Amino acid sequence: MSIRERLSGNEASATAMKQINPDVVAAFPITPSTEIPQYFSTFVANGTVDTEFVAVESEHSAMSACIGAEAAGSRAMTATSANGLSLMWEMIYIASSLRLPIVMSLVNRAVSGPLNIHNDHSDAMGVRDSGWIMMFSENNQEAYDNLLMAHRIAEHKDVMLPLMVCQDGFITSHSIENIMLEEDSEVKKFVGTYKPEHYLLNRKEPIAIGPLDVQPYLFEHKAQQADAMRASKQVILDVAKDFEAWTGRKYGLFEEYKLDDAELAIVCVNSTAGTTKFVVDKLREQGIKAGLLKLRVYRPFPGEEISKALAHVKAVAVLDKSDSLNSAGGAIFTDITSSFQVHRVNVPTINYIYGIGGRDTKADDIESVYKDLEYVAKTGDLGIPYRYLGLRR
Amino acid sequence: MSEINANTPMKDMTIGGNIYEAGNARNFKTGDWRSVKPVYIEEKCKQCGLCFPVCPDNAIPVNKELKREDFNYDYCKGCGVCAKVCPFAAIEMQ
Repeated sequence: MSIRERLSGNEASATAMKQINPDVVAAFPITPSTEIPQYFSTFVANGTVDTEFVAVESEHSAMSACIGAEAAGSRAMTATSANGLSLMWEMIYIASSLRLPIVMSLVNRAVSGPLNIHNDHSDAMGVRDSGWIMMFSENNQEAYDNLLMAHRIAEHKDVMLPLMVCQDGFITSHSIENIMLEEDSEVKKFVGTYKPEHYLLNRKEPIAIGPLDVQPYLFEHKAQQADAMRASKQVILDVAKDFEAWTGRKYGLFEEYKLDDAELAIVCVNSTAGTTKFVVDKLREQGIKAGLLKLRVYRPFPGEEISKALAHVKAVAVLDKSDSLNSAGGAIFTDITSSFQVHRVNVPTINYIYGIGGRDTKADDIESVYKDLEYVAKTGDLGIPYRYLGLRR
Repeated sequence: MSEINANTPMKDMTIGGNIYEAGNARNFKTGDWRSVKPVYIEEKCKQCGLCFPVCPDNAIPVNKELKREDFNYDYCKGCGVCAKVCPFAAIEMQ
Protein backbone atom coordinates (compact mmCIF):
# COMPACT_ATOMS: atom_id res chain seq x y z
CA MET A 1 0.00 0.00 0.00
CA SER A 2 1.51 3.34 -1.06
CA ILE A 3 1.78 6.16 1.46
CA ARG A 4 0.75 9.69 0.53
CA GLU A 5 3.34 12.26 1.66
CA ARG A 6 4.63 15.69 0.75
CA LEU A 7 8.38 15.98 0.29
CA SER A 8 10.96 18.05 -1.52
CA GLY A 9 13.02 16.39 -4.24
CA ASN A 10 16.01 16.14 -1.91
CA GLU A 11 13.86 14.66 0.86
CA ALA A 12 12.42 12.18 -1.62
CA SER A 13 15.92 11.14 -2.74
CA ALA A 14 17.14 10.80 0.86
CA THR A 15 14.03 8.76 1.69
CA ALA A 16 14.73 6.42 -1.21
CA MET A 17 18.31 6.00 0.03
CA LYS A 18 17.02 5.30 3.54
CA GLN A 19 14.75 2.57 2.25
CA ILE A 20 17.48 1.11 0.04
CA ASN A 21 19.75 1.11 3.12
CA PRO A 22 23.06 0.83 1.19
CA ASP A 23 26.23 -0.48 2.84
CA VAL A 24 28.19 2.72 2.27
CA VAL A 25 27.33 6.36 1.55
CA ALA A 26 30.28 8.68 0.88
CA ALA A 27 29.41 12.29 0.10
CA PHE A 28 30.58 15.86 0.40
CA PRO A 29 28.10 18.75 0.70
CA ILE A 30 27.50 21.03 -2.29
CA THR A 31 24.49 23.17 -3.11
CA PRO A 32 21.82 22.19 -4.11
CA SER A 33 22.39 18.49 -3.28
CA THR A 34 23.70 19.15 0.27
CA GLU A 35 20.44 18.15 1.93
CA ILE A 36 20.59 14.58 0.62
CA PRO A 37 23.70 13.53 2.62
CA GLN A 38 22.54 15.84 5.42
CA TYR A 39 19.20 14.05 5.82
CA PHE A 40 20.93 10.74 5.29
CA SER A 41 23.49 11.36 8.04
CA THR A 42 20.53 11.97 10.37
CA PHE A 43 19.19 8.52 9.48
CA VAL A 44 22.63 7.10 10.26
CA ALA A 45 22.86 8.96 13.59
CA ASN A 46 19.36 7.81 14.58
CA GLY A 47 20.13 4.20 13.68
CA THR A 48 17.35 4.12 11.05
CA VAL A 49 19.86 2.68 8.58
CA ASP A 50 22.97 0.60 9.17
CA THR A 51 24.99 2.32 6.49
CA GLU A 52 28.65 3.28 6.94
CA PHE A 53 28.55 7.04 6.27
CA VAL A 54 31.92 8.38 5.13
CA ALA A 55 32.20 12.15 5.62
CA VAL A 56 34.96 12.64 3.07
CA GLU A 57 37.07 15.77 2.51
CA SER A 58 36.19 16.24 -1.18
CA GLU A 59 34.05 14.87 -3.99
CA HIS A 60 37.09 13.20 -5.52
CA SER A 61 37.34 11.25 -2.27
CA ALA A 62 33.58 10.65 -2.20
CA MET A 63 33.69 8.88 -5.56
CA SER A 64 36.95 7.13 -4.63
CA ALA A 65 35.37 5.80 -1.41
CA CYS A 66 32.34 4.59 -3.38
CA ILE A 67 34.67 2.83 -5.83
CA GLY A 68 36.55 1.14 -2.97
CA ALA A 69 33.32 0.10 -1.28
CA GLU A 70 31.77 -1.33 -4.45
CA ALA A 71 34.99 -3.13 -5.39
CA ALA A 72 35.01 -4.65 -1.91
CA GLY A 73 31.59 -6.09 -2.66
CA SER A 74 29.21 -3.66 -0.99
CA ARG A 75 26.52 -1.29 -2.26
CA ALA A 76 27.62 2.36 -2.34
CA MET A 77 25.72 5.59 -3.03
CA THR A 78 26.54 9.28 -3.22
CA ALA A 79 25.01 12.63 -4.13
CA THR A 80 26.49 15.75 -5.67
CA SER A 81 25.99 18.74 -7.97
CA ALA A 82 27.90 20.82 -10.53
CA ASN A 83 31.47 21.51 -9.37
CA GLY A 84 31.29 18.53 -7.02
CA LEU A 85 30.80 16.34 -10.07
CA SER A 86 33.62 18.23 -11.80
CA LEU A 87 35.96 17.32 -8.95
CA MET A 88 34.87 13.67 -9.26
CA TRP A 89 35.69 13.72 -12.98
CA GLU A 90 38.71 11.39 -12.87
CA MET A 91 36.96 8.84 -10.66
CA ILE A 92 33.71 8.98 -12.67
CA TYR A 93 35.53 7.26 -15.54
CA ILE A 94 37.29 4.84 -13.18
CA ALA A 95 33.93 3.79 -11.68
CA SER A 96 32.37 2.96 -15.04
CA SER A 97 35.47 1.30 -16.51
CA LEU A 98 35.85 -0.92 -13.43
CA ARG A 99 32.17 -1.81 -13.94
CA LEU A 100 31.08 -0.82 -10.44
CA PRO A 101 27.32 -0.23 -10.14
CA ILE A 102 27.51 2.86 -7.90
CA VAL A 103 24.30 4.90 -7.74
CA MET A 104 24.48 8.70 -7.58
CA SER A 105 21.89 11.39 -7.05
CA LEU A 106 22.90 14.31 -9.27
CA VAL A 107 21.01 17.48 -8.40
CA ASN A 108 21.62 19.49 -11.54
CA ARG A 109 23.30 22.87 -11.23
CA ALA A 110 25.35 25.12 -13.51
CA VAL A 111 29.06 24.33 -13.53
CA SER A 112 31.04 27.49 -12.73
CA GLY A 113 32.05 29.89 -14.04
CA PRO A 114 31.15 32.53 -13.60
CA LEU A 115 30.00 31.25 -10.21
CA ASN A 116 26.34 30.24 -10.19
CA ILE A 117 24.55 27.83 -7.86
CA HIS A 118 21.28 27.57 -9.78
CA ASN A 119 19.84 24.98 -12.10
CA ASP A 120 20.94 24.03 -15.55
CA HIS A 121 22.22 20.76 -16.98
CA SER A 122 25.86 21.61 -17.69
CA ASP A 123 27.03 19.23 -14.94
CA ALA A 124 25.20 16.20 -16.35
CA MET A 125 26.00 17.00 -19.96
CA GLY A 126 29.70 17.19 -19.11
CA VAL A 127 29.76 13.49 -18.17
CA ARG A 128 27.45 12.24 -20.89
CA ASP A 129 30.19 10.13 -22.51
CA SER A 130 31.68 8.75 -19.30
CA GLY A 131 29.88 5.39 -19.42
CA TRP A 132 27.30 6.10 -16.70
CA ILE A 133 23.63 5.32 -17.17
CA MET A 134 21.82 8.66 -16.91
CA MET A 135 18.19 9.08 -15.91
CA PHE A 136 16.32 12.36 -15.59
CA SER A 137 13.37 13.12 -13.31
CA GLU A 138 10.54 15.58 -13.87
CA ASN A 139 9.60 15.89 -10.19
CA ASN A 140 10.18 14.50 -6.69
CA GLN A 141 8.14 11.37 -7.47
CA GLU A 142 10.32 10.49 -10.44
CA ALA A 143 13.53 11.21 -8.52
CA TYR A 144 12.27 8.77 -5.85
CA ASP A 145 11.05 6.13 -8.31
CA ASN A 146 14.20 6.27 -10.45
CA LEU A 147 16.35 5.69 -7.36
CA LEU A 148 14.22 2.69 -6.33
CA MET A 149 14.81 1.17 -9.76
CA ALA A 150 18.49 2.19 -10.00
CA HIS A 151 20.21 -0.76 -8.32
CA ARG A 152 18.19 -3.39 -10.17
CA ILE A 153 19.41 -1.83 -13.43
CA ALA A 154 23.00 -1.00 -12.49
CA GLU A 155 23.73 -4.33 -10.78
CA HIS A 156 22.17 -6.52 -13.49
CA LYS A 157 24.77 -9.02 -14.74
CA ASP A 158 24.41 -7.81 -18.34
CA VAL A 159 24.95 -4.20 -17.23
CA MET A 160 27.30 -3.67 -14.25
CA LEU A 161 27.55 0.07 -14.83
CA PRO A 162 27.20 3.05 -12.49
CA LEU A 163 24.00 5.04 -12.72
CA MET A 164 23.06 8.64 -11.96
CA VAL A 165 19.57 9.92 -11.25
CA CYS A 166 19.27 13.60 -12.18
CA GLN A 167 16.76 16.17 -11.01
CA ASP A 168 16.61 19.97 -11.28
CA GLY A 169 18.43 21.86 -8.53
CA PHE A 170 16.08 24.04 -6.42
CA ILE A 171 13.21 23.75 -8.93
CA THR A 172 12.46 20.20 -7.76
CA SER A 173 15.17 19.56 -5.14
CA HIS A 174 13.81 22.28 -2.83
CA SER A 175 10.11 22.34 -3.80
CA ILE A 176 7.71 20.39 -1.66
CA GLU A 177 5.17 18.44 -3.69
CA ASN A 178 2.83 15.53 -3.15
CA ILE A 179 4.43 12.12 -3.48
CA MET A 180 3.50 8.47 -3.13
CA LEU A 181 6.02 6.53 -1.07
CA GLU A 182 6.26 2.76 -0.87
CA GLU A 183 6.51 0.65 2.28
CA ASP A 184 10.05 0.03 3.60
CA SER A 185 9.62 -3.73 3.47
CA GLU A 186 8.29 -3.60 -0.10
CA VAL A 187 11.22 -1.45 -1.23
CA LYS A 188 13.63 -3.86 0.40
CA LYS A 189 12.00 -6.75 -1.43
CA PHE A 190 12.05 -4.94 -4.79
CA VAL A 191 15.63 -3.69 -4.56
CA GLY A 192 17.00 -6.99 -3.22
CA THR A 193 20.49 -7.72 -1.89
CA TYR A 194 23.63 -7.10 -3.90
CA LYS A 195 25.44 -10.36 -4.61
CA PRO A 196 28.43 -9.55 -6.79
CA GLU A 197 30.07 -12.47 -8.58
CA HIS A 198 33.60 -11.22 -7.87
CA TYR A 199 34.64 -8.87 -5.08
CA LEU A 200 37.79 -7.92 -3.19
CA LEU A 201 36.70 -9.11 0.27
CA ASN A 202 36.03 -12.65 -0.90
CA ARG A 203 38.63 -14.71 1.00
CA LYS A 204 38.07 -17.68 -1.28
CA GLU A 205 38.95 -15.78 -4.44
CA PRO A 206 41.84 -13.32 -4.21
CA ILE A 207 41.42 -10.93 -7.14
CA ALA A 208 43.00 -7.79 -8.56
CA ILE A 209 40.96 -4.84 -9.80
CA GLY A 210 42.18 -1.99 -12.00
CA PRO A 211 45.41 -3.37 -13.52
CA LEU A 212 47.43 -1.61 -16.21
CA ASP A 213 45.48 -2.06 -19.46
CA VAL A 214 47.90 -1.64 -22.36
CA GLN A 215 47.47 -1.54 -26.14
CA PRO A 216 46.20 -5.10 -26.72
CA TYR A 217 43.41 -4.78 -24.10
CA LEU A 218 41.89 -1.33 -23.49
CA PHE A 219 40.00 -1.23 -26.81
CA GLU A 220 38.16 -4.47 -25.96
CA HIS A 221 37.40 -3.34 -22.41
CA LYS A 222 35.90 -0.09 -23.71
CA ALA A 223 33.81 -2.02 -26.26
CA GLN A 224 32.58 -4.24 -23.41
CA GLN A 225 31.38 -1.07 -21.65
CA ALA A 226 29.60 0.01 -24.83
CA ASP A 227 27.94 -3.43 -25.10
CA ALA A 228 26.78 -3.19 -21.48
CA MET A 229 25.33 0.25 -22.17
CA ARG A 230 23.42 -1.13 -25.16
CA ALA A 231 22.19 -4.09 -23.08
CA SER A 232 21.01 -1.79 -20.29
CA LYS A 233 18.16 -0.46 -22.45
CA GLN A 234 16.21 -3.72 -22.20
CA VAL A 235 17.05 -4.08 -18.50
CA ILE A 236 15.70 -0.58 -17.83
CA LEU A 237 12.44 -1.53 -19.57
CA ASP A 238 12.19 -4.86 -17.73
CA VAL A 239 12.74 -3.24 -14.33
CA ALA A 240 10.18 -0.54 -15.21
CA LYS A 241 7.66 -3.28 -15.98
CA ASP A 242 8.22 -4.92 -12.57
CA PHE A 243 8.02 -1.49 -10.95
CA GLU A 244 4.69 -0.79 -12.64
CA ALA A 245 3.29 -4.15 -11.51
CA TRP A 246 4.27 -3.20 -7.96
CA THR A 247 3.37 0.51 -7.75
CA GLY A 248 1.14 1.14 -10.76
CA ARG A 249 3.47 3.92 -11.92
CA LYS A 250 4.55 3.40 -15.52
CA TYR A 251 7.95 4.34 -16.95
CA GLY A 252 9.66 3.88 -20.31
CA LEU A 253 12.80 5.23 -21.95
CA PHE A 254 10.83 8.45 -22.45
CA GLU A 255 7.30 9.71 -21.89
CA GLU A 256 5.09 10.63 -24.81
CA TYR A 257 2.61 13.31 -23.79
CA LYS A 258 -0.16 13.81 -26.36
CA LEU A 259 2.41 12.90 -28.99
CA ASP A 260 0.39 10.29 -30.94
CA ASP A 261 -1.43 12.78 -33.14
CA ALA A 262 0.85 15.78 -32.49
CA GLU A 263 2.09 17.98 -35.31
CA LEU A 264 4.40 20.13 -33.21
CA ALA A 265 6.65 18.50 -30.63
CA ILE A 266 9.01 19.65 -27.93
CA VAL A 267 11.73 17.40 -26.52
CA CYS A 268 13.11 18.19 -23.06
CA VAL A 269 14.20 16.64 -19.76
CA ASN A 270 13.50 17.22 -16.06
CA SER A 271 11.13 19.84 -14.63
CA THR A 272 10.62 21.80 -17.87
CA ALA A 273 8.49 18.85 -18.98
CA GLY A 274 5.93 19.85 -16.33
CA THR A 275 5.70 23.38 -17.68
CA THR A 276 5.49 22.01 -21.23
CA LYS A 277 2.60 19.67 -20.34
CA PHE A 278 0.67 22.69 -19.02
CA VAL A 279 1.27 24.52 -22.31
CA VAL A 280 0.39 21.46 -24.40
CA ASP A 281 -2.98 21.23 -22.60
CA LYS A 282 -3.65 24.92 -23.19
CA LEU A 283 -2.76 24.76 -26.89
CA ARG A 284 -4.83 21.60 -27.36
CA GLU A 285 -7.87 23.55 -26.11
CA GLN A 286 -7.19 26.02 -28.92
CA GLY A 287 -7.05 23.17 -31.43
CA ILE A 288 -3.26 23.29 -31.86
CA LYS A 289 -1.80 19.79 -32.06
CA ALA A 290 1.05 20.20 -29.62
CA GLY A 291 2.89 17.29 -28.00
CA LEU A 292 5.85 16.52 -25.78
CA LEU A 293 8.56 13.88 -25.70
CA LYS A 294 10.09 13.89 -22.22
CA LEU A 295 13.37 12.04 -22.22
CA ARG A 296 13.84 9.91 -19.10
CA VAL A 297 16.80 7.78 -20.12
CA TYR A 298 19.53 9.84 -21.75
CA ARG A 299 22.33 7.23 -21.53
CA PRO A 300 21.83 4.74 -23.12
CA PHE A 301 20.46 7.12 -25.75
CA PRO A 302 17.24 5.73 -27.25
CA GLY A 303 17.91 7.25 -30.69
CA GLU A 304 16.00 4.64 -32.66
CA GLU A 305 12.94 4.78 -30.41
CA ILE A 306 12.91 8.59 -30.39
CA SER A 307 13.19 8.70 -34.19
CA LYS A 308 10.20 6.38 -34.45
CA ALA A 309 8.16 8.38 -31.94
CA LEU A 310 8.79 11.69 -33.71
CA ALA A 311 8.72 10.54 -37.34
CA HIS A 312 5.12 11.68 -37.89
CA VAL A 313 5.34 15.25 -36.56
CA LYS A 314 5.76 18.34 -38.74
CA ALA A 315 8.37 20.13 -36.63
CA VAL A 316 10.43 19.44 -33.51
CA ALA A 317 12.09 21.76 -31.00
CA VAL A 318 14.74 20.27 -28.73
CA LEU A 319 15.28 22.22 -25.51
CA ASP A 320 18.79 22.01 -24.06
CA LYS A 321 19.40 23.43 -20.59
CA SER A 322 23.14 23.42 -21.28
CA ASP A 323 24.96 25.17 -24.08
CA SER A 324 27.63 23.01 -25.65
CA LEU A 325 29.39 26.19 -26.87
CA ASN A 326 30.34 24.29 -30.01
CA SER A 327 28.57 26.29 -32.77
CA ALA A 328 26.58 23.11 -33.60
CA GLY A 329 23.88 22.91 -30.90
CA GLY A 330 23.10 21.50 -27.47
CA ALA A 331 23.87 17.89 -26.54
CA ILE A 332 20.33 16.52 -26.79
CA PHE A 333 19.76 18.36 -30.08
CA THR A 334 22.87 16.94 -31.74
CA ASP A 335 22.06 13.44 -30.43
CA ILE A 336 18.50 13.60 -31.77
CA THR A 337 19.35 15.10 -35.15
CA SER A 338 22.09 12.53 -35.75
CA SER A 339 19.66 9.75 -34.78
CA PHE A 340 17.16 11.18 -37.29
CA GLN A 341 19.83 11.00 -39.99
CA VAL A 342 20.81 7.41 -39.12
CA HIS A 343 17.19 6.24 -38.97
CA ARG A 344 16.10 8.14 -42.10
CA VAL A 345 13.69 10.48 -40.36
CA ASN A 346 13.34 13.85 -42.01
CA VAL A 347 11.54 16.20 -39.64
CA PRO A 348 12.55 19.89 -39.46
CA THR A 349 14.26 20.25 -36.06
CA ILE A 350 15.36 23.33 -34.20
CA ASN A 351 17.26 23.77 -30.97
CA TYR A 352 16.74 26.15 -28.06
CA ILE A 353 19.32 26.74 -25.38
CA TYR A 354 17.32 27.86 -22.35
CA GLY A 355 17.29 28.29 -18.58
CA ILE A 356 21.06 28.70 -18.25
CA GLY A 357 22.18 29.46 -14.68
CA GLY A 358 18.64 29.01 -13.36
CA ARG A 359 16.99 31.55 -15.68
CA ASP A 360 13.27 31.02 -15.17
CA THR A 361 11.46 29.43 -18.08
CA LYS A 362 7.74 30.20 -17.94
CA ALA A 363 4.73 28.83 -19.76
CA ASP A 364 4.82 31.86 -22.09
CA ASP A 365 8.37 30.97 -23.14
CA ILE A 366 7.34 27.42 -23.98
CA GLU A 367 4.29 28.72 -25.84
CA SER A 368 6.55 30.94 -27.96
CA VAL A 369 8.49 27.82 -28.98
CA TYR A 370 5.27 26.16 -30.22
CA LYS A 371 4.46 29.38 -32.14
CA ASP A 372 7.90 29.22 -33.76
CA LEU A 373 7.27 25.55 -34.58
CA GLU A 374 3.98 26.46 -36.28
CA TYR A 375 5.93 28.77 -38.58
CA VAL A 376 8.61 26.12 -39.28
CA ALA A 377 5.95 23.48 -39.99
CA LYS A 378 4.06 25.80 -42.33
CA THR A 379 7.02 27.19 -44.29
CA GLY A 380 9.69 24.53 -43.87
CA ASP A 381 12.03 27.43 -43.13
CA LEU A 382 14.34 26.50 -40.24
CA GLY A 383 16.00 29.89 -40.07
CA ILE A 384 18.84 29.61 -37.59
CA PRO A 385 18.31 26.18 -35.99
CA TYR A 386 20.61 26.89 -33.01
CA ARG A 387 18.50 29.35 -31.02
CA TYR A 388 18.15 30.84 -27.55
CA LEU A 389 15.06 31.09 -25.36
CA GLY A 390 14.81 33.92 -22.85
CA LEU A 391 18.18 35.46 -23.73
CA ARG A 392 18.64 39.27 -23.78
CA ARG A 393 20.28 40.04 -27.12
CA MET B 1 41.95 -16.79 -17.21
CA SER B 2 45.75 -16.54 -17.08
CA GLU B 3 45.44 -17.57 -20.72
CA ILE B 4 44.22 -14.08 -21.67
CA ASN B 5 46.64 -12.58 -24.17
CA ALA B 6 46.80 -10.18 -27.11
CA ASN B 7 44.81 -12.60 -29.29
CA THR B 8 41.96 -13.28 -26.83
CA PRO B 9 38.53 -12.32 -28.26
CA MET B 10 36.59 -9.66 -26.35
CA LYS B 11 33.92 -12.09 -25.13
CA ASP B 12 36.54 -14.17 -23.31
CA MET B 13 38.09 -11.18 -21.53
CA THR B 14 37.10 -10.25 -17.97
CA ILE B 15 35.28 -6.95 -17.39
CA GLY B 16 37.47 -3.98 -16.49
CA GLY B 17 40.58 -6.15 -16.90
CA ASN B 18 39.87 -7.78 -13.54
CA ILE B 19 42.20 -10.63 -12.58
CA TYR B 20 40.39 -13.43 -10.79
CA GLU B 21 43.42 -15.41 -9.57
CA ALA B 22 46.35 -14.64 -7.32
CA GLY B 23 50.06 -15.02 -7.95
CA ASN B 24 50.05 -14.37 -11.67
CA ALA B 25 52.69 -11.65 -11.97
CA ARG B 26 55.00 -14.30 -13.46
CA ASN B 27 52.70 -14.45 -16.48
CA PHE B 28 53.62 -10.87 -17.30
CA LYS B 29 57.18 -10.79 -18.60
CA THR B 30 58.61 -7.34 -18.10
CA GLY B 31 62.21 -8.04 -19.16
CA ASP B 32 61.74 -6.24 -22.47
CA TRP B 33 61.58 -2.92 -20.61
CA ARG B 34 65.34 -3.27 -19.96
CA SER B 35 67.92 -0.96 -21.54
CA VAL B 36 70.97 -2.08 -19.55
CA LYS B 37 71.62 -5.62 -18.42
CA PRO B 38 73.25 -7.01 -15.25
CA VAL B 39 75.81 -9.75 -15.87
CA TYR B 40 76.56 -12.28 -13.13
CA ILE B 41 80.27 -13.03 -12.64
CA GLU B 42 80.07 -16.29 -10.71
CA GLU B 43 83.78 -16.56 -9.77
CA LYS B 44 83.63 -13.21 -7.92
CA CYS B 45 80.38 -14.06 -6.06
CA LYS B 46 80.72 -14.97 -2.35
CA GLN B 47 77.00 -15.85 -2.00
CA CYS B 48 76.67 -13.12 0.65
CA GLY B 49 72.94 -12.86 -0.10
CA LEU B 50 72.70 -9.07 -0.41
CA CYS B 51 71.53 -8.91 -4.02
CA PHE B 52 68.32 -10.95 -4.25
CA PRO B 53 66.37 -9.24 -1.43
CA VAL B 54 66.75 -5.84 -3.16
CA CYS B 55 65.54 -7.03 -6.55
CA PRO B 56 62.14 -5.31 -7.01
CA ASP B 57 60.98 -8.19 -9.20
CA ASN B 58 61.84 -11.87 -9.39
CA ALA B 59 64.94 -11.69 -11.56
CA ILE B 60 67.47 -13.37 -9.21
CA PRO B 61 66.47 -16.99 -8.61
CA VAL B 62 67.57 -18.59 -5.31
CA ASN B 63 67.92 -22.37 -5.06
CA LYS B 64 67.17 -24.73 -2.20
CA GLU B 65 70.67 -24.29 -0.75
CA LEU B 66 69.84 -20.57 -0.53
CA LYS B 67 72.40 -19.80 -3.21
CA ARG B 68 71.68 -17.35 -5.96
CA GLU B 69 71.77 -18.49 -9.57
CA ASP B 70 72.14 -16.60 -12.83
CA PHE B 71 69.66 -13.85 -13.73
CA ASN B 72 66.19 -14.60 -15.05
CA TYR B 73 66.05 -11.92 -17.72
CA ASP B 74 62.29 -12.43 -18.30
CA TYR B 75 61.69 -10.19 -15.30
CA CYS B 76 64.85 -8.02 -15.05
CA LYS B 77 64.12 -4.42 -15.96
CA GLY B 78 67.80 -3.43 -15.63
CA CYS B 79 67.36 -1.12 -12.65
CA GLY B 80 70.88 -1.90 -11.40
CA VAL B 81 70.06 -2.01 -7.68
CA CYS B 82 71.71 -5.46 -7.36
CA ALA B 83 74.94 -4.24 -8.96
CA LYS B 84 74.96 -1.26 -6.60
CA VAL B 85 74.67 -3.39 -3.41
CA CYS B 86 77.18 -6.07 -4.48
CA PRO B 87 80.36 -5.58 -2.36
CA PHE B 88 82.45 -7.86 -4.61
CA ALA B 89 81.79 -6.42 -8.10
CA ALA B 90 80.22 -9.73 -9.06
CA ILE B 91 77.44 -7.98 -10.99
CA GLU B 92 78.37 -5.78 -13.92
CA MET B 93 75.90 -3.59 -15.79
CA GLN B 94 76.35 -3.81 -19.56
